[in-house]
Amino acid sequence: MRYPTDISMTDCSQAFAERIADARAASKPLYIQAGNSKRLWLGRTPEGETLDVSSHTGIVDYQPSELVITARAGTTIAEIDAATAKENQYLACEPPRLSDRATLGGSLACNLSGPGRLWAGALRDHVLGVQLINGKAECLNFGGQVMKNVAGYDVSRLQAGALGTLGLITQVSMKVLPKPEATTTLCFELNAADALQQMQMRAMEPRPLSGAAWLNGVMFLRLSGAEAAVRHTEKLWGGERDDEHSIWLDLQELSFLSTYTDDTSAVTHCAPVFRQSVAPTAPLADMPPLMLNWAGAQRWYEGDCSALQTNTASGGGHLQCFSGGNRSQEMAPALDSTQQTLHRRVKAAIDPDGILNPGRLYSWL
Amino acid sequence: MTTSVQSQEESLSLPIVDKHGLLQQFSQILPSDCIITEEESLRPFECDGLTLYKEMPWIVLLPQNTDQVQRIVQLCYAQSVPVVARGAGTGLCAGAMPHPEGVLLVLSKLDQILTIDPLARSARVQPGVTNLSISQAASKHQLYYAPDPSSQIACSIGGNVAENSGGVHCLKYGLTVHNILELEIVTAEGDITRIGNQSLDAPGYDLLALMTGSEGLLGIVTEVTVKLLPTPELARVVMAGFDSVDEAGNAVAGIIAAGIIPAGLEMMDKLAIQAAEDFANAGYPRNAQALLLCEVDGTVEEVDAHTARVEALLRDHGASSVTVSRDEAHRALLWQGRKSAFPAVGRLSPDYYCMDGTIPRRHVSHVLREISRLSQKYDLLVANVFHAGDGNLHPLILFNGKDPDSVHRAELFGAEILELSVAVGGCITGEHGVGLEKLRQMPAQFSTKELEQLEDIKHAFDPALNLNPGKGVPILKRCQEYRALPDRHQHD
Repeated sequence: MRYPTDISMTDCSQAFAERIADARAASKPLYIQAGNSKRLWLGRTPEGETLDVSSHTGIVDYQPSELVITARAGTTIAEIDAATAKENQYLACEPPRLSDRATLGGSLACNLSGPGRLWAGALRDHVLGVQLINGKAECLNFGGQVMKNVAGYDVSRLQAGALGTLGLITQVSMKVLPKPEATTTLCFELNAADALQQMQMRAMEPRPLSGAAWLNGVMFLRLSGAEAAVRHTEKLWGGERDDEHSIWLDLQELSFLSTYTDDTSAVTHCAPVFRQSVAPTAPLADMPPLMLNWAGAQRWYEGDCSALQTNTASGGGHLQCFSGGNRSQEMAPALDSTQQTLHRRVKAAIDPDGILNPGRLYSWL
Repeated sequence: MTTSVQSQEESLSLPIVDKHGLLQQFSQILPSDCIITEEESLRPFECDGLTLYKEMPWIVLLPQNTDQVQRIVQLCYAQSVPVVARGAGTGLCAGAMPHPEGVLLVLSKLDQILTIDPLARSARVQPGVTNLSISQAASKHQLYYAPDPSSQIACSIGGNVAENSGGVHCLKYGLTVHNILELEIVTAEGDITRIGNQSLDAPGYDLLALMTGSEGLLGIVTEVTVKLLPTPELARVVMAGFDSVDEAGNAVAGIIAAGIIPAGLEMMDKLAIQAAEDFANAGYPRNAQALLLCEVDGTVEEVDAHTARVEALLRDHGASSVTVSRDEAHRALLWQGRKSAFPAVGRLSPDYYCMDGTIPRRHVSHVLREISRLSQKYDLLVANVFHAGDGNLHPLILFNGKDPDSVHRAELFGAEILELSVAVGGCITGEHGVGLEKLRQMPAQFSTKELEQLEDIKHAFDPALNLNPGKGVPILKRCQEYRALPDRHQHD
């Protein structure tokens, strides 16, 4: 089935390219903005003149039997979810919808993935191809609409987490998957340390586990897959079944973050929230976590997190000030000098004059 | 093999290198048995798994550790000597074909599994470790490494990273890029850095994605941390014969539409079925026009439920025969035919040439009909093996390598198949890589601006264009003074 009618909206990519060319000629950096749902998160405070790309919307092609959807970057995740749900499919990386404002392009630039990330993969794992405009105002295509493509470097996945510093993403092709036949949630009252251990043990078993998180003294395990497999595992593992209120949607939407608000001044006064990404076996830090997700590979903390640095390094991971705090400082973890050199050169290769979102990811990038 | 507008002198404008002096410096880094310079010992390294393209290296070096790799790369960088990395040499795109003026850096002695962490479900290994040996070592924890290229007994994990290798299970479990966490690399300039993380993501740019599938053009991989998965409780294969390719294609779409993502979903055409059956005696339906192998895995309950549904779906779509694997031995036998399809087809002819285009699945009938027409046009037989789940088509063109006209026709036939793949919305290579072989088809998939962008990325990692020159991304006119391979390998 094709969805060509959805692209009645104007193709704005040519206008964007012209805007980038003008900005380059005038040496005036641009801040790319679509749904404006993540402006206060992840990166440093944006610099530059706003380039609003939210008008560039529409599902260009959706082939359920091919498991591929292609949409313009300004299309909201909510619209994609609605279209795929009609075919009993979904984006298995579960990007947050953020009050229906999050867009496909912005989600790729931020690489935000939901609670199933450990099992289903991150958003970057489901990207098949992109259309982008580089810092030289050239419209380029990389990847494609097929599952396997190893021609050329993987510029599509390179966009994941680059916060728009490596091109204005205008169109994205994503892999979609059939919705699982059955899903259920099991709850266990446990402290964080015991939950961490339990989640690791469960993740080693060949069972249909698709989520493992801990919040407020409760460990949640999500099972998804064939009905028979889910029911059998549920009996094996026990716990209290809770299919009524979905903890997973809360985790996907990051609604546990007190800093999720449209009010800039409110956020600035919020305590900083830190996201720790570590090997799941890393010991817990010596401060109470706000939440554990991805079977312990993603941990969230609030407040003064200076004690977390050593703990993160020993866990083979990194620590990021996700929201709140003084966002004119460096927000992403420091890179060694070789990595910095590679980052600078990759940025220069795609955006030689530093027009696109300069300083958003690192002050020096 | 191809015409060129360049003269030999232009294409080989490398600086004059004091080879004797350099050899002495290599001797201070490596023991003498890790340095190969004699012609007869160099000969086995002249090509990878694609024997159509051959070149003798100046020298083969076999480092035993990362430190040696770093010192070799630093020396080569200082003297502008090309470096071509090679793992097990099983690649199929001449990506590891040597450079005549360069070092062939063979990483097969870096063959240790360093650590396996069952709780973190990861393994840290050296690049020369074979793909299969990782799963074998992890099996005592009931864990395994998912990507399984057909060459998994021999191919190395470093080579898998370089090519972003897939396998018959990648529809459900992904490619190499989805199954690795961290790399240690030696950069073109001889620095060591780690890309990725022991966690699920890393700060900054996703350089792990960029390195994976970069065919040795962006850095030398000296260590890989792979993800391990719990070994499924059970796996079962359902095999179905069809009287037409169209019916088999519809059955594939029917299985996906029913919401089942099989662990593997393979299709073979008549010639491939017969060759594989003669080779493996797996019980394939010799008279079928197309054969599907559909593997379902998971818990016992899940496999029972899915086997029944797949069997019914295949019959509904007109299967002329359906067989379900009885036990592990029978399952292995049914796969044996498919996994030995390449050598089996190879027995039908002196040589075969394996293509690797990927197409949107709905076009499979059209593409196979076109391939059949091209087979008549070039007067060469072709057998088709197809990763039907993800649209990755492997036509095997049968030719005679001793007959230059046959070789020429095989190349033209292959090129047309790749261009056809692009024309129906696919790509020129799904899992084998571009290497030297598919350079000429890159402009069919990418515009000049796109190729320039890829080239600029190459420069970011390798400013002197020292790593695997003349492969992967066509050297554009503006850079042709650099590092090209000899005329006979030019892609112009």
